[in-house]
Amino acid sequence: MKRSTFFAFVAPSVVLMLVFMAAPLVSVLIQSFYLTQNVFEEVTVESCTPGFPNPVCTEEIQSRRVLDENGIPVTETSFVGWETYRVLLQPEAVAEAFSVGGGGVSALLDIDFYKAARFTITFTLITLPFVIGVGLLIALAVNNAIRSLRGPVIFISLLPFIITPVIGALSIRWLFVGDGILTAALEGILNEDIAVFAHGWAFEILMMFYRVWHVAPFAFVIFYAGLQTVNQDTLESAIVDGASRFERLRYVIIPHLMPLIVFVALIHLMDAYRAFDEVIGFRSEAHRITLQWLTFNFLTPDDSGNRAISRASAASMLTMLGIVILLIPPLWRTWRDHRGR
Amino acid sequence: MLRTLLLASAGTLLTTSAALADCAFENELPLSSLSAGFEAWYAVTDAMAECGNFEAELDQEFRTKQPTGFAADPSLYHIGGVANGTLVPLLNDGTIRPLNDLVEQYGQQLTPNQLITIDGDIMAIAMMVNSQHLMYRQDIFDELGLEVPTTYDEMLQTAAAIQEAGVVDYPIGGTFRTGWNLAMEFINMYLGHGGQLFNADKTPSINNEAGVAALERMRALTEYMDPEYLGSDSTYVQQQFQQGDIAMAVLWASRAGAMDDPAESQVVDLVTMAAAPSAVEGAPPASTVWWDGIVIAENISDEEAAAAFQVAMEGMDAEMVQANNDAAIWLIDGYEPNRLSEGAIANLMGGTPPYPASTEMGLMHTALGDNLSDFLIGAESAEQALADAEEAYLTAARESGLVQ
Repeated sequence: MKRSTFFAFVAPSVVLMLVFMAAPLVSVLIQSFYLTQNVFEEVTVESCTPGFPNPVCTEEIQSRRVLDENGIPVTETSFVGWETYRVLLQPEAVAEAFSVGGGGVSALLDIDFYKAARFTITFTLITLPFVIGVGLLIALAVNNAIRSLRGPVIFISLLPFIITPVIGALSIRWLFVGDGILTAALEGILNEDIAVFAHGWAFEILMMFYRVWHVAPFAFVIFYAGLQTVNQDTLESAIVDGASRFERLRYVIIPHLMPLIVFVALIHLMDAYRAFDEVIGFRSEAHRITLQWLTFNFLTPDDSGNRAISRASAASMLTMLGIVILLIPPLWRTWRDHRGR
Repeated sequence: MLRTLLLASAGTLLTTSAALADCAFENELPLSSLSAGFEAWYAVTDAMAECGNFEAELDQEFRTKQPTGFAADPSLYHIGGVANGTLVPLLNDGTIRPLNDLVEQYGQQLTPNQLITIDGDIMAIAMMVNSQHLMYRQDIFDELGLEVPTTYDEMLQTAAAIQEAGVVDYPIGGTFRTGWNLAMEFINMYLGHGGQLFNADKTPSINNEAGVAALERMRALTEYMDPEYLGSDSTYVQQQFQQGDIAMAVLWASRAGAMDDPAESQVVDLVTMAAAPSAVEGAPPASTVWWDGIVIAENISDEEAAAAFQVAMEGMDAEMVQANNDAAIWLIDGYEPNRLSEGAIANLMGGTPPYPASTEMGLMHTALGDNLSDFLIGAESAEQALADAEEAYLTAARESGLVQ
């Protein structure tokens, strides 16, 4: 292909990526170093609200935003450097937690950011092997199923992946909530009152279970496609050499699927680190939060319309940094393999 | 075919004009509103629509859309449905207009209770009040010979008696869901203990005796609740009542109607309303009063504002109230209080304070909602949880420029 043709074809996607991915990213990065504050003035206000039988009027000093001559609130934006990151990461509190007489790890996990990071990282790393393992198992099972059954089996195994994540999480919550079907059944068998969602660890296990259930079909589809390209001659010669089923899997199939396993791992690390739907669906805010939820919480306006844009920006930059760090090992491996060829 | 079409359109015309006839004011200008989407708002906006040329948007996420929608010039909406809290951002941004002239001209029928006045300017017209009050199962109380609790100590004793009798799964239900709901419970209890949320310089002042007492009281209540109380919001408590799982709860007045809805409730006519218990003997009910009402946008022409105000008045008239008497605790003339409104009225009579909505209150509400559950799950002491909430509030207040 001529160079100019290549650029003509690629240009639209490059432009779109710059506009919709690079530019927002840069703007979030910049926002995380700036702080926009409102300007308040203190005014004594008499306000009346409904009461019985007469309205209740109170006089109080209120902070009110200063409006300019056009009636638009005045704001001040200033460069604060790493200040927002410091507020989020609280290095002093961390140092104190690990100094003599500090609270140690439990004091560290009391800080929202570390609490969220702790759960997000364990969530990501523990689900990863399960997603790959379960996906591979389903793929092998389907591959060995009778041809006429394959279509329906593939269809059924793909279902969890089709369900919208929040809805999937919600349905698992409903199964296990106070009077959910499964809890009621367990209570019937064990004859005692069970409250699954009163325990942090129960949230943790169910959230991970949900994620594996949801994502394994994706791994399965990829691996199943990979299985169709396994060299049959190699397999047959392995059988002739007396390799058992497990040895064929270990020395022929898995090496063949390795690039795909790395690919699935990459995608899963990126997705799981951004876990968010589980927190909403399971209502786990009291027990377990994720980094993405933390960003969401900063961005959600309260009743009075306040939002923490700077902290939200800093939290998203830190989330992105976390993903990049997690992705380095698999990317390194891919690059090495690529160079080796 | 043509004949049917003609007949049909004639029919539509007839109904439209009949509908228009219900409205004393014929509206010529296209108008729109944005409000929350609960029953009372459906009743009011339907009545407004009778004036013609009116489009209502009812959305439970209205609070995120309203400030930006009203800040546009011209404003995206003419009429806004607000409550105590959601009025604050609109006031702060200066995007709603004072209604004094309009009230004088078109609002003669309004009662003083409906005029939300700030520094002499009428900024909103209230239509209904809402408040968290005690709801209890009359049949269970009669059967066990229990008195209606007037303080939280009595409520705990009553709960113990109900638990002893084993007539329900959990004696108490509570809107303790982490976040907004949990913070609301704490604020009720803390104000009920006579606590002040802020110092004069807007710094927080919750880590004190009243704060600890409020938290301890909340934890005592959770002993009698479904152990999954940290996920339990108003709808969940309402369903617990409807399914006969709980015997009493402090719940929003707006949920009272659902108890008597035969389509979803198994306890029709069995739930009685009373004032919220006091936190300490002799104090007002430990709750807050909320109102819902309308505002008119600043960034619209005066003609549009006048038309919008008249349409809103039509929506909030006695006729609408008579047709929808049970949908809310209306402040509008013509409302007939009934069995379901007893609790809210008892709250008001008992001197329940209004929810202290303000910019700093929004930040405080979020800070409390994010930090108090650590105490309830036993991860932290009450003092530590309150200190964390103060710290979170200070961080947010500094970031917004409220506290230096």
